[in-house]
Amino acid sequence: MSQVQFNHVQTAHCESGVISNLFRHYGLTISEPMAFGIGAGIFFGHLPFVKVNGVPGTTYRIWPGAIFQRVCSRLGVKMQSQKFSSPEKAMQELDRVIGEGIPVGVLSSVYYLPYFPPAYRFHFNAHNLVIYGKNGDNYQVSDPIMDVVTEIDPKSLAEARFAKGFPEPKGKMYYPVQVPSGVSLQKPIRQGIEQACHYMLKIPVPMFGVKGIRFLAKRVKHYPEKLGDRKATLYLGNIIRMQEEIGTGGAGFRFMYAAFLQEAADLLQQPELAKLSRELTGIGDLWRNFAFNAGRVCKSRSADNVSYGELSEMLLQCAAAEEVFFKKLSKVKV
Amino acid sequence: MKQNEVPQDGDNLHEGTFKQLFYAVNDAGEYKQPVTSVGWEPENVAMAQAWEEVHAKVEKARERVLAGEISPIAYYMEKNLMDLPLLASYVSKFQWQVKRHLQPRVFKNLSSTMLQRYAAAFKITVQELQHLK
Repeated sequence: MSQVQFNHVQTAHCESGVISNLFRHYGLTISEPMAFGIGAGIFFGHLPFVKVNGVPGTTYRIWPGAIFQRVCSRLGVKMQSQKFSSPEKAMQELDRVIGEGIPVGVLSSVYYLPYFPPAYRFHFNAHNLVIYGKNGDNYQVSDPIMDVVTEIDPKSLAEARFAKGFPEPKGKMYYPVQVPSGVSLQKPIRQGIEQACHYMLKIPVPMFGVKGIRFLAKRVKHYPEKLGDRKATLYLGNIIRMQEEIGTGGAGFRFMYAAFLQEAADLLQQPELAKLSRELTGIGDLWRNFAFNAGRVCKSRSADNVSYGELSEMLLQCAAAEEVFFKKLSKVKV
Repeated sequence: MKQNEVPQDGDNLHEGTFKQLFYAVNDAGEYKQPVTSVGWEPENVAMAQAWEEVHAKVEKARERVLAGEISPIAYYMEKNLMDLPLLASYVSKFQWQVKRHLQPRVFKNLSSTMLQRYAAAFKITVQELQHLK
């Protein structure tokens, strides 16, 4: 078995991290924030009818898989992507491809990854990681949100790849087959920014983008009287978890996008983008302030209407700031 | 968020196995080097609360099983953080069928293949499934 040298770098988020790590292996150096920006990963959505463990879902990023697909098409990277009907076939194909020395991206469920701390193992089916080789029976894993590489036994990996629920990974695996050597990032950056602004400002549905933040603010205000103390804190807790938990970091995504804008500013000699980067850093701090106060409300467990009203105000503030920000961003000529 | 503002409130949720990465700015307001964090108080609170809810549900299910109100499947479903649709897809049944299996009198007459399927979904033995302690 040939040993593949895989250069593992820890990242903040699994999808943009896998893109960055996989592409670097083929000599295309794209930082994580750059991948996130080109893929227009920044987003907001609050879906009261999509319940996760009985609690409405909130997302601070675009849906899983979208960043990957956009980055590949914008940079002209061709990927081979497969799903399987049975775990046996899926593991066989994985063995064949890593046998050729090709690192493979794999979709998995966090619940079945033994190297994660138990506290984080919920049924979440859209986690990306890279398998780059074998050590005896065990597979060598470069999980982008871990600080070092690790190993996983074949049984757990098969379970993680064939977890049920939504979305079903069905053993999905992918690897680049054609990576361009030199790409100009200007056009991909412009397309990424345009798309992000469109998604944040123009989707005509109240749950998405800046409108979605206002929508959530309105609902948060009425949590105590509608849900009662206990459920209200649970719902609020979930908003925080979606915002701050590993690999989902909502405020984190604001900072990551700010890092992208700064990088783009340097690359394209666009001081305007650097200015907007600083503005977005400030918005990220607003979000963190919201999480901090929401955490205090959760801890005290008393659902007095005043504090929920204040939290709602903070969300409205975030919404207003993001609206101004994205409107400015959409006017920048890249 | 500045680099020195990246929170470091560990309460061992990560069990020392990993640290989260944050993009934070230096004094000049530039992103240079991401910073690792061992955790943040609000996140820890929310996480602890989510698990408390899970444990409360599991305990409640256990009591109801012991009282003969529901079948052990309900207990293990909660214990494995599953809901009805998820469990149904693991055992390849419709939700209404799984719902029926949650009744003790239906559970009693389940075939051994069906019990085996549930046991496999929960990663326990049939023995453990039938005799909840």
